Amino acid sequence: MTTRIFVPLDSASVALGADEIAAAITAEAAQRGVAVEIVRNGSRGLYWLEPMVEVETLKGRIAYGPVAPSDVPGLFDAGFQSGADHALSQGLTEEIPFLKKQTRLTFARCGLTDPHSLQSYEEFGGLRGLRNAVKMTPEEIVETVTRSGLRGRGGAGFPTGIKWNTVLQAAADQKYIVCNADEGDSGTFADRMIMEGDPFVLIEGMAIAGIATGATKGYLYTRSEYPDAIAAVEQAIVIARKAGVLGPDVLGSGRAFDMEVRMGAGAYVCGEETSLLNSLEGKRGVVRAKPPLPALEGFLGRPTVVNNVMSLASVPIILDRGAEFYRDYGVGKSHGTIPIQIAGNVRHGGLFETAFGLPLGEIVEEIGGGTLTGRPIRAVQVGGPLGAYFPPSKFDTIFDYESFTDADGLIGHAGIVVFDDTVDMLKQARFAFEFCALESCGKCTPCRIGAVRGVEVIDRIAAGKVDGENVDAQIELVTDLCETMKFGSLCALGGFTPFPVVSALTHFPEDFRPRTLKQAAE
Amino acid sequence: MKLIQEPDFGTPAVKAEKTVTLTIDGFAVTVPEGTSIMRAAAEAGIAIPKLCATDLVKSFGSCRLCLVEIDGRRGTPSSCTTPAADGLVVHTQTDRLKKLRRGVMELYISDHPLDCLTCAANGDCELQDMAGAVGLRDVRYGYDGENHVKPKASDGTDNFRWMAKDETNPYFTYDPSKCIVCSRCVRACEEVQGTFALTIEGRGFDSRVSPGAHESFLGSECVSCGACVQACPTGTLQEKSIIEIGQPEHSVVTTCAYCGVGCSFKAEMRGDELVRMVPFKDGKANHGHSCVKGRFAYGYANHGDRILNPMIREKTSDPWREVTWEEALAHVASEFRRLQHQHGRESIGVITSSRCTNEETFLVQKLARAVFGNNNTDTCARVCHSPTGYGLGQTFGTSAGTQDFDSVEQSDVILVIGANPTDGHPVFGSRLKKRIRQGAKLIVIDPRRIDLVRTPHVEAAHHLPLRPGTNVAVLTSLAHVIVTEKLYDEAFIRERCDWDEFQDWAEFVSQPQNSPEQVGALSGVDPDEIRGAARLYATGGNAAIYYGLGVTEHSQGSTTVMAIANLAMATGNLGRPGVGVNPLRGQNNVQGSCDMGSFPHEFPGYRHVSTDNVRDSFEKIWGVPLSDEPGLRINNMLDAAVDGSFKGIYIQGEDILQSDPDTHHVAAGLAAMECVVVHDLFLNETANYAHVFLPGSTFLEKDGTFTNAERRINRVRKVMAPKAGYADWEVTQAIANAMGAGWSYTDPSQIMAEIAQTTPSFANVTYELLDEKGSIQWPCNHKAPEGTPIMHVGGFVRGKGKFIRTEYVATDERTGPRFPLLLTTGRILSQYNVGAQTRRTANSVWHEEDRLEINPIDAEVRGVKDGDWVRIASRAGETSLRALITDRVAPGVVYTTFHHPATQANVVTTDYSDWATSCPEYKVTAVQISPSNGPTEWQLEYEDQARQARRIVTSVDAAE
Repeated sequence: MTTRIFVPLDSASVALGADEIAAAITAEAAQRGVAVEIVRNGSRGLYWLEPMVEVETLKGRIAYGPVAPSDVPGLFDAGFQSGADHALSQGLTEEIPFLKKQTRLTFARCGLTDPHSLQSYEEFGGLRGLRNAVKMTPEEIVETVTRSGLRGRGGAGFPTGIKWNTVLQAAADQKYIVCNADEGDSGTFADRMIMEGDPFVLIEGMAIAGIATGATKGYLYTRSEYPDAIAAVEQAIVIARKAGVLGPDVLGSGRAFDMEVRMGAGAYVCGEETSLLNSLEGKRGVVRAKPPLPALEGFLGRPTVVNNVMSLASVPIILDRGAEFYRDYGVGKSHGTIPIQIAGNVRHGGLFETAFGLPLGEIVEEIGGGTLTGRPIRAVQVGGPLGAYFPPSKFDTIFDYESFTDADGLIGHAGIVVFDDTVDMLKQARFAFEFCALESCGKCTPCRIGAVRGVEVIDRIAAGKVDGENVDAQIELVTDLCETMKFGSLCALGGFTPFPVVSALTHFPEDFRPRTLKQAAE
Repeated sequence: MKLIQEPDFGTPAVKAEKTVTLTIDGFAVTVPEGTSIMRAAAEAGIAIPKLCATDLVKSFGSCRLCLVEIDGRRGTPSSCTTPAADGLVVHTQTDRLKKLRRGVMELYISDHPLDCLTCAANGDCELQDMAGAVGLRDVRYGYDGENHVKPKASDGTDNFRWMAKDETNPYFTYDPSKCIVCSRCVRACEEVQGTFALTIEGRGFDSRVSPGAHESFLGSECVSCGACVQACPTGTLQEKSIIEIGQPEHSVVTTCAYCGVGCSFKAEMRGDELVRMVPFKDGKANHGHSCVKGRFAYGYANHGDRILNPMIREKTSDPWREVTWEEALAHVASEFRRLQHQHGRESIGVITSSRCTNEETFLVQKLARAVFGNNNTDTCARVCHSPTGYGLGQTFGTSAGTQDFDSVEQSDVILVIGANPTDGHPVFGSRLKKRIRQGAKLIVIDPRRIDLVRTPHVEAAHHLPLRPGTNVAVLTSLAHVIVTEKLYDEAFIRERCDWDEFQDWAEFVSQPQNSPEQVGALSGVDPDEIRGAARLYATGGNAAIYYGLGVTEHSQGSTTVMAIANLAMATGNLGRPGVGVNPLRGQNNVQGSCDMGSFPHEFPGYRHVSTDNVRDSFEKIWGVPLSDEPGLRINNMLDAAVDGSFKGIYIQGEDILQSDPDTHHVAAGLAAMECVVVHDLFLNETANYAHVFLPGSTFLEKDGTFTNAERRINRVRKVMAPKAGYADWEVTQAIANAMGAGWSYTDPSQIMAEIAQTTPSFANVTYELLDEKGSIQWPCNHKAPEGTPIMHVGGFVRGKGKFIRTEYVATDERTGPRFPLLLTTGRILSQYNVGAQTRRTANSVWHEEDRLEINPIDAEVRGVKDGDWVRIASRAGETSLRALITDRVAPGVVYTTFHHPATQANVVTTDYSDWATSCPEYKVTAVQISPSNGPTEWQLEYEDQARQARRIVTSVDAAE
């Protein structure tokens, strides 16, 4: 009997040697005369175990990881092809606590299937949402998505259904769906995982969005740094088109929707929806003032849905299982699940999809397992490079949109980066300005000039050239600058840069004092 | 007099019927829906601080100074990008806003030179104003950080961010160190001018304005329209004249003296020195836009070549002798009287100027009719738009364009034929491009691939590159498609036109020789393109036709105009905004010179001299008997001169030797006369054959009016005293009085009063009304007391619109083995007409010589390379110039401009002309091209003769 062995094709796994392992297993099996079928699946998102090889057994899939090519002969010796025990064995994949504790709705298939097998996609529940959608009126689809409580997963948290409704109600000769896959936040990888591990769910989500709003053309805008994701989605588009999932007659509905992939030129700000649209149009990636909303004047001036990968990939399950099914997950006004990406100095880094509502401390300490270095956690940055730093004293903050806003932070794209007690928060504050200065589109003054001045002011504090009185003046200046940037900037790049700076100043004031004074104080 | 400060409302006005009412700082304001909060506040008299906003371009939202707070809304939205809405309660000044604005200004100034006192923009700098407005008192960041201001860092190393000034453009400088990256210049270049020459390079702090891809201004696609300079809120883009002179202290609104668009400008002055010309936002023709000529090319007014003293000479081979005005005028009067006495009343005549004012033109034709006692008056419109007058007069009943320029904003289809608006009528060209960018469709009928065919964000739906001389065939073929496919507007035709005439015309155009297939064969145009263009024009919505001299300057010029009129009538595209037939007039006052009775057969207002009651009305006011016989046209005058019966001429502001066809014939005519009086700014080419030279006055030196291509009468206002002592109207009056006429005008307004008194279409025009309204489009009388933006509303002036058969008759000027190529001519943006003005400005950096455009195929066959000297020969003559190899022209067609006298392009043009109006056939000349080693013998001889003819003996020399 041929044994099915799963070796992820996910680019993080590949970076860790997954291709070599797949080759080693093939070679070793051939040499030993063992019949194996290697399936290149997406990642399960347990990155500390990658490359994680799974073997299909009658009991279920058994995981081994992290596997090095040199481990392969040993695995065969131990009989891993029949699920035998080994030092790298993690037991049944589904029973690994990190995975078992999750609620996988959006990532239901990611890591389970061959990402380019439409048949396998359907076996695991794919296309049911789209099949339901094509039987519904656009209004009904939009109403379902609205009722599900789905909010924009890119960070802004705007209700997806309301955005769709604006586009649906807009009269135009052409409308568009644009998927924002310009995933650029530090410590985030959920979009990439889906594009590489389950691209059909994204295609299905975009097709549903198209049918719901009357848009017949979709664009997936992503980064040049994601060549594997681009190839994976493009391949999936070809398959979907051949199967009639995309094209002039989506699943025989008589309604048209097709899409293509467009690659950005490497600017972080092009993850901001209006810059993205400019870039997609071939213009400089500069932020547009809103209004007009992209929903009314978006791509090429036409009504356009701009949704994050996670938002669109969450739509099929809503259309499959119903608005209430999805809505019942979560807390408060944050419905459904959120794929949290745990990274940085953390023992168990990876993707953790769960209903909104976990306390931050539980995510980093229990699920993440604390720091990799074993030192105490000092700070956790949530929401990318423009997210706030949380000290352990704030670990009771509940992971949902409102709680994070109330705590002067944001969940953003749900990326979490963990730091231990060796972190210098002044350097982190400086990094926030530096990042903003590097990535600013240059349109609005607070961001264009403010970020550069921010670096300079922090440097002045750091250099300790100034006496204590002046430190206060410089801290006052940086605080004023943060206010100017937060309320004066045109988009979230300049507007959110103050989050990491102010949170560092607020929660870690000792890092901003001149050394002499700090020492004197001690 | 004071400096006119035009209010800037921050964002463009919105035309919406629905209004909204909001409260700003406690005041209720009602504005059209879609108006920004910033503009609403400005209309209520509240100036919200701003830097990136200006009402010339759409809102941008980048400077973040205009933030406001709105009750019930989060954050601090920018007032320029936030639309006013019913019930909003807006606060423009709160503690939070004050702090934010000060924070933003503090950032701006941390990267800006602190040289206000020595900056050219001092006193006219919005950055300076805003620093004051927000109460900036300290820049806590210091000035030692990253910056674009200092060439060296504090440690002496080069500051890589610093860029040197770009002074390549002759009229303005770009100083990157002063740039605040508001993008106003970039947006003006895109939205207003439509050239897309500017961009922001770099990102973040590196952002800086860049012409093209980090090119120099002169080396880039910049057309130097000045929109960027006008838009710049700082001294970053600054007129060199301001840098040299300083800020102006008073200004006067006047009208540009270049093309027929008739842009309004503020002449900004310091004392009697002109500091700069700034397009006037309230100008109805240009709405605050300009081109390189009107904006910058006024230097000729002070050029050393200007002649400032009257001069006379006995023979044209003599040098000039400077004399007093008295002597010159007495000489002219005695010579004219002598000639009339010896050779008869008809032996002298006048040529009026399309560059002078209506009042001046009126007096010159009055001089002929009332003082000379004949109707020997003609004007340069003879050689440009006389077929327009005839063609539109026959079909519609008036000799003028049907629309105002604003009409283009409502056009859905724009057909441009024989015109090159982006070069010839640039400010209108920009408006046209703007409309096309908004979605209107464009059809271009032109032998040459003019810029409009394909230019950034503009592409013609159809380009019909017809063989020169086949206009009538192609237009009739468009009609063939419209009629045979029944795309005509029967209801319109039945109501407004003569149905029988339509049927006759429809039968004619339906004939097979007018089918796209047959016409395609003779015109070289793809029949499918003819069909496509016809369908688009007939069915695409509001369709407007704009045309130029490529229509009129043909042997069938008048027929072509009628063919155009037929198309518009057949499709119902007349009598409302967005449609119409619009001749683009070449010169500033060519419309006015026609209106003012410059033609030999017509009194002012296009009334034939044989009409008794019209003549009576003039006789009553002028107190002299008037001739009922049409006088001589220019070409007749020249013929008569050669025959010996025409002896004297007074030419005001024209250079017929250079601008009229068949230079040899013109020269022979002039040489045969005994008293040629040239009244001009410069010793032009015609003056080489003159006996008396009277120095003229520029448009800056006199009062009066110009009438532009949309029949708009615009005021010309004197900003400085005439350098030669007299305005041109005063000189004409002095000649008349020296001949005993006894005129007593003391101000041009009195001349306008006489025009209004005698000319029904001007009946209500007064300077008071012009001052009140800014400008008026004639007809302006008891039926239309405030003028007429759109003509033929509800019915044609002549009654029923008249369809006229337009049979194509090929010109006699044909290609053959000796002359296998067709030469056609045109103009270029930076130069104007014969170049007398623009060649005497820095505009020549863009166009220092006329070049001959040749298709690569024709060039290769003849062994001609780009830049080579080529000889161009026709049946009339030959000249030489350098070649420019380009596929803008099709094989078989060559093209040149005629801006430089050295080229003498009109040596080769023939004396064929329009059958109805004698308008010369400039646009078609059969020629041969061959390599050459430089100027022809004729050119060298001519240059020598011109040098001889321009010698001046000053009075000091004469005394010795």
